[in-house]
Amino acid sequence: MSARVESTSPRDPGALVRTLLILLAVGYVGILVLAPLGGIVWATARAGWSNVSTTLNQPDVRHAYWLTGVITLITVVVTTAFGVLTAWVLARHHFRGRGLLNAVVDLPMAVSPVIVGLMCVLLFGRGGWFEPFFASRGIQVIFALPAMILVTIFICIPFVIREVVPVLHEIGVDEEEAAKTLGASSLQTFVRVTLPSIRWGLMYGVALSTARALGEIGAVLIVSGAIQGQTETATLYIFRAFEERQEPSAYLVALSLAAISIFLLVTIETLKKHKARR
Amino acid sequence: MSSEALPLGRTRAPSATGLRSGLGRWGLRAGALIYLGGMIALPLSAVISKGFANGLDSLRSAMAAPGAVAAIRLTLITALAAALVNAIFGTLLSYVLVRYRFPGRGVLSAVVDLPFAIPTLVTGVMLVALYGPASPVGGWLEAHGIHIVFAPLGVLLALLFVTLPFVVRTVQPVLAELDVAQEEAAEVLGASRLRTFVQIVLPALRPAIAAGTLLSFARALGEFGSIVIVSGNITNHTLTAPVFIFQLASQFRSDEAAAVSAVLFAMSFTLVVVTYRLAGNRGDRP
Repeated sequence: MSARVESTSPRDPGALVRTLLILLAVGYVGILVLAPLGGIVWATARAGWSNVSTTLNQPDVRHAYWLTGVITLITVVVTTAFGVLTAWVLARHHFRGRGLLNAVVDLPMAVSPVIVGLMCVLLFGRGGWFEPFFASRGIQVIFALPAMILVTIFICIPFVIREVVPVLHEIGVDEEEAAKTLGASSLQTFVRVTLPSIRWGLMYGVALSTARALGEIGAVLIVSGAIQGQTETATLYIFRAFEERQEPSAYLVALSLAAISIFLLVTIETLKKHKARR
Repeated sequence: MSSEALPLGRTRAPSATGLRSGLGRWGLRAGALIYLGGMIALPLSAVISKGFANGLDSLRSAMAAPGAVAAIRLTLITALAAALVNAIFGTLLSYVLVRYRFPGRGVLSAVVDLPFAIPTLVTGVMLVALYGPASPVGGWLEAHGIHIVFAPLGVLLALLFVTLPFVVRTVQPVLAELDVAQEEAAEVLGASRLRTFVQIVLPALRPAIAAGTLLSFARALGEFGSIVIVSGNITNHTLTAPVFIFQLASQFRSDEAAAVSAVLFAMSFTLVVVTYRLAGNRGDRP
């Protein structure tokens, strides 16, 4: 659409500027992002195949992957279900305090993950507001799975909502109104009319949410206690392996998480194109 | 544009099924309120009330801890530096991505998004793998007196990596929608490329650049995962505010941790609010 700028004046010295700017941009991204990526691939490759089998055969490592999977799955299900509901309310309902609600959605973006973990400790830890309630029922929240899931959900709340709300605005209410007039129930209208329209935006939000949940460290580090083989996620394992100077294992698990993230990113890019085409 | 201004939802209320749909609407609304209120507003209020339960005493005793002031100073300086570098290179990147067609453009665009997907801890590990003493690159740089791992420069690199997409992704859509007729007119009238950029393009992009820069500053203030690995967390040298909060929390000094958190949160929250005022047109705002 705007590639015209360069083609209007193909013979001027702008060609040199253009080449320089492209080289500068590629060089910056190359040094900042691609070089470290190459660094970890090199470091993992140098450790060899024996490192792969010894690392992946450790029960702690397998448990860490499993735990990360469980937390990510639950987080994505919760933030998707409630995210769509909240996006619907924000886009379709008009009530006092909607602006405030809208602002609250963005709050997790402004909070350091460390603070998120601390909040959870303050609520559920010793002397916390909710501690008596759960302690008297024998439910362990802090240093256990529930707190780890709670903080991950907190961090992932904005993604689905921020992707779905603009799509809801964009598609408008005409088709929904038509379905209603033709006698469809609210649920039918939502499932048959609204959901197909927001599909790509929703999946984009889900992919972002998944990537973020997989890689969360700051909040989980504080609330989990990082108990080896129990509350240790994949990122926490990397953290410990690094502190214990087992760098090859740390590199391998880190590279595997990076690979999953890059796969997700490619999915995200594909979804984006779908979204644009829609 | 958005069609949300149509008050259709409201006119439907007093219909035959009015009562039922009214109930449904209140149910949905209550669900959203409880979700956001319980998951976000409540925990935040806990931090603020705990941090200031004893007035400013907790904050004062936290700041008296060794390295506390240095940690906050380092966080502010590195976050500011990262934001400024982002303002320049983010604008350059979005200009190159929008205005030029060249082989590898799609790859460049995807790589810019990479930091959104890669876990921050993995970022830290990657930087150590590249610049650590065990790597040839790190060894060469050390030999020439450039220290990255366990040094403030490493903190800056980690922040630049993590915040790379912010300015690019806020400026890019604005630049793509900008009408090129004005620029062409300026060039026909004899203005140099630089002058056209400074006088025509830059003013139009300024709000977007500012919004992206502030957002990356806010994000950099709270960064933890990448820094905790690459900085070595040396008190008075590479310890940042979020890592300092983590250290307080793991020593069960949660009052003091909450006080420092409240200050850090207030800073990044103000930045985010200002950003949304600047950006304004996010489509989902009234």
